[in-house]
Amino acid sequence: MAERIIELRDISKSYGQVYALGGVNLSVDRGEVVGLIGDNGAGKSTLIKILSGVVKPTSGEILVRGQPVTGWSAARSRDAGIETVFQDRALAVQQTIVRNIFMGRELTGFMGWLKVNKEIQEASRLMREIGFTSKVFTPHSIVGQLSGGERQGVAIARAIYKKAELIVLDEPTTALSLTETAKVFHFVRQVRASGRSILFIGHNIHHVFDIADRFVVLDRGKVALTADRSEVKSAEDLINFMEDVAHPGGLPGLHEPGDAEQRAR
Amino acid sequence: MEPDLQSPLGGTHGETAGKEWRHPSDNWLRGFILDNRASLGTLAVFIVMMAVFMIANPTVFTTWYLYSSVLTTLPVALFVVVPLVFVVTCGEIDLSFPATMGFASWVFALVVQAGYDPFLGIAAAIVTGTLLGFLVGSLVVYGGLSSLIATLGMNFLLRGLIQIINEGKSTALTSLADSWAYKIFSSQIYGIPVQIFWAIAFVVLSALLYNRHRFGAQVRVVGDNPDSAQQMGIDVKRVRVKVFVFVGIGAAIAGTFSVMINFTWWPTAGDGYLLPVLASVFVGGTPTWGGIGTVVGGAIGAVTVSFIQTGVVAAGLSGFYVQFFNGLIIILSLLGHKWNQARYR
Repeated sequence: MAERIIELRDISKSYGQVYALGGVNLSVDRGEVVGLIGDNGAGKSTLIKILSGVVKPTSGEILVRGQPVTGWSAARSRDAGIETVFQDRALAVQQTIVRNIFMGRELTGFMGWLKVNKEIQEASRLMREIGFTSKVFTPHSIVGQLSGGERQGVAIARAIYKKAELIVLDEPTTALSLTETAKVFHFVRQVRASGRSILFIGHNIHHVFDIADRFVVLDRGKVALTADRSEVKSAEDLINFMEDVAHPGGLPGLHEPGDAEQRAR
Repeated sequence: MEPDLQSPLGGTHGETAGKEWRHPSDNWLRGFILDNRASLGTLAVFIVMMAVFMIANPTVFTTWYLYSSVLTTLPVALFVVVPLVFVVTCGEIDLSFPATMGFASWVFALVVQAGYDPFLGIAAAIVTGTLLGFLVGSLVVYGGLSSLIATLGMNFLLRGLIQIINEGKSTALTSLADSWAYKIFSSQIYGIPVQIFWAIAFVVLSALLYNRHRFGAQVRVVGDNPDSAQQMGIDVKRVRVKVFVFVGIGAAIAGTFSVMINFTWWPTAGDGYLLPVLASVFVGGTPTWGGIGTVVGGAIGAVTVSFIQTGVVAAGLSGFYVQFFNGLIIILSLLGHKWNQARYR
């Protein structure tokens, strides 16, 4: 079995009397794309914030590569190799691809002067690695000239440069057209092929279904289902299931909610 | 469903856009032009303007005196125009530099008047400029104030302080003429004012700082997208304070140079530079919205602005035309840059 990069066990988060998450289990293995699906308010963003260490859980356990971690924080999360790519406002669009990849961690030599050639080499390597096959773009291209999907690619390249083992993509395709979504998928597959993992968050089930190896459906702060790709026949199956969760007993579904609770590892 | 990465713009526009996108590292001239559009545009404006002046009055523009006088005062402007390019790139503005020039050069005058070596005076002026820049920057950044209003306020405040203490009296520094500092910073070599060499060195160093140094890279990123910069671990506030400190240092050098030209410190020292310097930054092709800018363009803008006055008079027009031409050049330059630069969002 592949190495388990991170595991969240029985994570709860409450804001006063309001439960955002109530006992969530989530794990990501090496080289795996996990699709996290949930409606607005299901607790996706709270879960991401806990994963990236920005928000502390009320209770629960976090294991990095099988080892329990105490004092989980943003720094610990980064050290564990977790990078979150937010959908918007992630890039400086008037700057070149190089400047974006090395934002905040410029390659410098004597007295802070930039190692320009080294940055360009490194950026080209990263761009090739995640599948920028086009010769139209060079590390000198201005990010503002790139399309939405390609911008996601730059953000992913930046995350990889930061030695990320697990890249959390927060709704990466929500604002994108089909062609652009395909580009993001292409980048995601390249990342998986390189042995890194991706947590792909979305509320468009079709998008997540196309790319994920495993699905985690979040509903009102609880994991309603985790299923391997092989267990789900089609995106419609997932949709039916989610409708079933939303309206219990209303529509005939794939699993009983109780069943799903047991299956949630 | 493999993406078509070869023509990212899609079929119809792919070819034309492809040409424009390709960074022509294989063709250095194209690359140079694309990378320096703004400053080359500014240079074009300057050349056209000078051509018009020369056609109007060819004889005056062949005399060296005209250039010599511009080259004496231009360096003073350059020392503040260049740091202001950093400030504007960072998404801020600093209107307090005239008072900082006055204040720092006042410290210089006091040190020299007290009989100390002018080099010590220069060092004291630069320390003063640094502290004032830090003060102004901290007020804007940590006080969370609008830089436009806060620096305007600081300009009045500091100038007022100078006026209150000096009661409008100037300080003559005749001893300067014999000093080493004067020979090194303010004399002439073969008739060329030596200030211009220091100013050129300052521009070149700053251009490198802007394009090839971590400081410049972070200034651009912070001006472009502060949220993202913060997320990537850049101390955004620190970078913002630093650009104000840079203006303080530049203003201190500029103020000191202006005193050395005249051997006299006036309580109004620096006042006249506010509008020409600001105009130079924007004529030079640095846009108002932050994230991008050009140091070399700003320098050419300063050259343009300082030749307007001289040129208008030398071309045989009365001094009443100066302001009109100032405005004309500013507006034409802005229109040119608007057409020349795309804004990416």
